[in-house]
Amino acid sequence: MPVTGYDKPMNESTTIHRTDWDVIVIGGGHAGCEAAAAAARVGAATLLVTHKAETIGEMSCNPAIGGVGKGHLVREIDALDGLMGRVADQGGIQFRLLNRRKGPAVHGPRTQADRKLYRLAMQAAIGETENLSVLAQPVDDILVKQGRACGVITADGTVLRAASVVLTTGTFLDGIVHIGTQRIPAGRHGEAPAITLSKRLYALAEETGALSLGRLKTGTPARLDGRTIDTDRLEAQPADDEPVPFSFLTDKISVPQTVCHITHTNQATFDIIQENILQSPVYSGQIVGVGPRYCPAIEDKVARFPERKSHQIFLEPEGLDDPTVYPNGISTSLPAALQERFIRTIVGLENVHIMRPGYAIEYDYVDPRALLPSLELKALPGLYLAGQINGTTGYEEAAGQGLVAGLNAARAAGGSDAVLFDRAEAYIGVMIDDLVTKGVSEPYRMFTARAEYRLSLRADNADQRLTEKGIAAGLVGSRRRQAFGDKMATLQAARAKAASWQMTPNEAARHGLHIRADGVRRSMSELLAYPSIEWDDLEAIWPEMNGWAHPIRAQIETDARYAGYLQRQQADIDAFRRDEALVLPRDIDYLALQGMATEVRQKLAAARPVTLGQAARLDGMTPAALTLLLHHARKADKAADTAAE
Amino acid sequence: MAGPETIFALSTVAGRAALAVLRLSGPDCDGVLAALGVKTLPTPRYAAVRALTDPDTKMLLDEALILRFVGPHSYTGEDMLELHLHGGLAVTHALLAALAALPICRAAEAGEFTRRAVANGKMDLTTAEAIADLIDAEGGAQQEQALRQMQGGLRDLFEGWRTQLKTMLAHLEADLEFADEDLPGGLGQNVLATLPQLQNAMQAHLDDRRGISLRDGLRVALLGPPNAGKSSILNMLAGREAAIVSARAGTTRDVIEVAMLLDGVPVTLVDTAGLRAAGDDIEREGVRRAMAQADSADINILVASPDTAATEEKIRADLRLWNKNDLAAPQGGFDLALSTRAAGAEKPLLAALSGLVAEKAGQSEAPILTRERHRTVLAEAIEHLRRAGLAGETGLELVAEDLRLAQRVLGRITGAVDVEQLLDIVFADFCIGK
Repeated sequence: MPVTGYDKPMNESTTIHRTDWDVIVIGGGHAGCEAAAAAARVGAATLLVTHKAETIGEMSCNPAIGGVGKGHLVREIDALDGLMGRVADQGGIQFRLLNRRKGPAVHGPRTQADRKLYRLAMQAAIGETENLSVLAQPVDDILVKQGRACGVITADGTVLRAASVVLTTGTFLDGIVHIGTQRIPAGRHGEAPAITLSKRLYALAEETGALSLGRLKTGTPARLDGRTIDTDRLEAQPADDEPVPFSFLTDKISVPQTVCHITHTNQATFDIIQENILQSPVYSGQIVGVGPRYCPAIEDKVARFPERKSHQIFLEPEGLDDPTVYPNGISTSLPAALQERFIRTIVGLENVHIMRPGYAIEYDYVDPRALLPSLELKALPGLYLAGQINGTTGYEEAAGQGLVAGLNAARAAGGSDAVLFDRAEAYIGVMIDDLVTKGVSEPYRMFTARAEYRLSLRADNADQRLTEKGIAAGLVGSRRRQAFGDKMATLQAARAKAASWQMTPNEAARHGLHIRADGVRRSMSELLAYPSIEWDDLEAIWPEMNGWAHPIRAQIETDARYAGYLQRQQADIDAFRRDEALVLPRDIDYLALQGMATEVRQKLAAARPVTLGQAARLDGMTPAALTLLLHHARKADKAADTAAE
Repeated sequence: MAGPETIFALSTVAGRAALAVLRLSGPDCDGVLAALGVKTLPTPRYAAVRALTDPDTKMLLDEALILRFVGPHSYTGEDMLELHLHGGLAVTHALLAALAALPICRAAEAGEFTRRAVANGKMDLTTAEAIADLIDAEGGAQQEQALRQMQGGLRDLFEGWRTQLKTMLAHLEADLEFADEDLPGGLGQNVLATLPQLQNAMQAHLDDRRGISLRDGLRVALLGPPNAGKSSILNMLAGREAAIVSARAGTTRDVIEVAMLLDGVPVTLVDTAGLRAAGDDIEREGVRRAMAQADSADINILVASPDTAATEEKIRADLRLWNKNDLAAPQGGFDLALSTRAAGAEKPLLAALSGLVAEKAGQSEAPILTRERHRTVLAEAIEHLRRAGLAGETGLELVAEDLRLAQRVLGRITGAVDVEQLLDIVFADFCIGK
């Protein structure tokens, strides 16, 4: 059948003739899409294999992208020319910049998304990507030869070879859906789980002893028919008047914007849930997996905060022409009949029709400490993991890992070294370092509190932090390269002026600006940092500022706000980078090291840190142990230098 | 990328020693010397005596013996300095404080000198494997004490601050992180409102001088009119006391200090300019300084004699001493009478002084800060809290930034607080999640 355009990936099919690829990506969710697109962007012949092409880019859980921390990730993906930001701009139907009244470091771009628009835009983006083909087939197994992953075997027995394989299973890896006492093997509502892949990973764990798997859980609320909701009685939350897009390439959001409604649970809701809490599989003991504390089921809220009878619910439309409403805040795995009973106690939902019950889902994940920072599995070179399989939660977290996994899978296929992002340059770097160094105890979500250098890792400067590095890695296409170059030229000119326009306190006083009369000349940027001095005050002195476009002005203001803090932070960052530059030899026999406690040696042996900095972040490291490791890092360094000569 | 910073640490145990050795390592060693007023750099590896002055006040800190090493020919392989100071605690503190205030250097972390030696290839593997002890003996680490090693009252105090700071930070993070959740209102304002209280509590303990006394010694000031025999008394105590560890004279402050051990407690005796109705400017200045000494001393000995006028200044006196009792018996109101010319005259004075020292030292039940390291940490934490307060409500992310720095600084004593601990508080205190 010929390609039909927008609603189908252009180069998707159910059979494929080519059998040798540089990179094969398993999974078409948020991690898989970014992985495949990143690999293809750097020039690898890439195949995305997924069980169903129509669900590429599906939002399995809530219809929203971004937020505080998550929005930062989307901007970073975009800065590296990834897909998520551009696609969200095409699918966003209620843009809101969170924390607008706080400083730019914690501004969180966010939008509700039209599930269909988002999915179709993602499929179109995949379709338009050169070097990227799509095959709609479930994958049954990973091909392993001489201890390396070298391809996949699909459900119909086709063997496809690849230099690198990226595995993004989401909640599909031995997924089990729970509703009340019902247990349904599924990767998502109505879709089959990936069981043979789970077995393959367990076998690998058994053989090598170098990775361990566990169970995590997440949940989703019932879906409601919006036509049966009495929204007139509910508070409406509108979109921002001027939507702030995710992508640095999007000038304006053209999708029509809509509203969310807000309602609350009450005493009657509380009573029903409390009386029947043992029918929830989490409380009956049927579920063993650990769920995320920041996405608790309504059962958890009732059990943990019994004094609170009222919990906020956002009624989020799933699409402009779709009546489905996602009631955010009442995720549940109670039996379907009970779900209906408690939902109908809620104001506005008294007569609601439930289109589909909520459920909890348990799935396998791999302890991410088994990964290198490139997201390659230490126990099986050639295999990269990204997304929920690594113990994370969230579309944005998945996409960020996907990009890194795809990029490095492609680089390895081409014989290049991994490209990594560190904690001082990107949330992506913070996340991956946290995962591979500390592991997870619950599904990992990004918070800005996780970043040591939060004031520098902002959503507004993601391009300034990363696009250049992306260009060097070959990830960035010509359109973004051009736009970035133009923006930087304008910005640098403005910054040069902000630094070179100066005046003494006396001169400032003549303009009505009162600062300490110490005779020190201050630049326009330094003056702007004074809380008492406004942009307009300075514009009166240097009228040229009037001509600066909004994004430039915002950058100059942000620079001024944070300059003092960032200067103080620089010594920290330098010290951090010095330790990150000290690479530990991969063949150290940690257990045989003298001069450190057995416990420390065992921890090092299990973690096999890549750099001295990573070693320092392991729990229980001592200065003495680190000094000893430093000796080894130096030795390795010297050996490398000698070899290079 | 910038090179390593210049670091400093006291390499000897504070107090109770004839010398205190401060070590510095890093590219700015010569800059530090210049800041301390040294105009002619000592020849590398040759001992030289130089006057060190306070970078701010230009006041003389000490005449120190200086050894200067030029990298890579040094222990760490970097430029290094050894400052051999007179062991007096006042001197050591003044120098540490002066260095801490310089932007071009900072206090060393545990094991940092050795670490640099390893980094620069100055140590073979065998040596490196034996470093654990070395690191422990090294400045920075030497004063760094785990919380559990602290005395009970002090530990409770630090634990309390740690908990308070952790909760404040967690609530602030909740406000920053969960913008669209129904959190209780005013979290940020509450944190800002609690800030001054925490800052004041820390400051109060920093201002409590008793703590430093106990570890570093008590200061005993000899006060009184000129010619009452203060210097003779000092010499008597100094000359006959076997435990004298150092003596120095002729600082610009016109005070003479003698350090000694009394019943195991380090004591610094301070002679002062005479107190009398001031004539010229110089005398007035001398009296002002004597009064300042009286204020900062732990024990004041007021000396009088038959041939001097009574002191008119109002001074807190712990011991009233009548000297020259061979000339005339004391009038009323004196605790002790003696003549420095009589054999054995120091004995009753030492006994009286011992009693006072024991009394002051006996107050150590109160939680007091005994280590310079703790003081430095507290001072730094207080500075971060102060700055946090300045950022205010429109800059909650800036408030959080300084609270995080305060937390990190305090963590050098109390142990680090990681983000998971903050999240634990957030999820325990608030019902978050959609």
